[in-house]
Amino acid sequence: MFKALIFVTLRESVLDPQGVAVKNSLHSLGYQEVQEVRIGKQLEVLISCENRSEAEQRVREICEKILSNPVMEDYTFKLEEVA
Amino acid sequence: MRFAVPVFPGSNCDMDCVHAIEDVLGEPVSPVWHQESDLSRYDAVILPGGFSYGDYLRSGALAQFSPVMQGVREAAVSGKLVIGICNGFQILLECGLLPGAMLKNRDLKFRCEIQTLCVENAKTPFTRTYEDGERIRIPIAHQEGNYYCDQETLSGLKANGQIVFRYVDENPNGSVDRIAGICNREGNVLGMMPHPERAIHEWMGTEDGRRLFESMLQYGRRNGGAA
Repeated sequence: MFKALIFVTLRESVLDPQGVAVKNSLHSLGYQEVQEVRIGKQLEVLISCENRSEAEQRVREICEKILSNPVMEDYTFKLEEVA
Repeated sequence: MRFAVPVFPGSNCDMDCVHAIEDVLGEPVSPVWHQESDLSRYDAVILPGGFSYGDYLRSGALAQFSPVMQGVREAAVSGKLVIGICNGFQILLECGLLPGAMLKNRDLKFRCEIQTLCVENAKTPFTRTYEDGERIRIPIAHQEGNYYCDQETLSGLKANGQIVFRYVDENPNGSVDRIAGICNREGNVLGMMPHPERAIHEWMGTEDGRRLFESMLQYGRRNGGAA
């Protein structure tokens, strides 16, 4: 069994209005040093696979098919073996 | 001409679409639960607005895997008319029947008001009773209507006349090139954020949406879709 920690974020080329709003709020709180905020989401997926390479391949598939929209989003993930 | 209105868990403009077809066209129209996959007995499909699957993951992302979308794809491929309104547009983008994606509105606000649109292409099956460049007033109601696509896709949309509606006075959501509605290359699949079904009687504030449905019927009759 593997646990995939998946991070989905807007692509660099896409404006993230939520991130901009949060950055502006941080500035008004006095955190002028904050240069950029980008907001994404984290998904935890438990997946029963025989080995790591199979798990990687399956996770990549579901990321591309549904968990992210490649038109506007990028994804990364970490795999951890769990009992 | 028989119209199908697929209903997903969380759709909320489905009955508005049904009433629009009944009131404007007087043609047969049925809500179709999303578990149905065969739409072959219908001549046109209206994907309604709302919040299918609660907008979970992304707007329209989960609806694309409902069984009814198989029927929608078949209808689109066979040249039948398919229109997605608001959440319906988001579903058409997610399932790849139309190019691009939908982002949160630039100002993060839910905008619910009548907008002026320009009919950019009056030759589509959905706009043939409008004039090119005509200004019409249709309400919007969305928080994720900020249409996004890359430059190459945008050039293709322009070159092929696929931009059907643009916002005129202001850009309410930050859409690329003020896009309010696009169609596929063949012209038989249209997605738009504004709600024509909410613009069919004077008491609604505008009846500029009527001709969109009338255009569909006119096209369907001329192309044998009225059997």
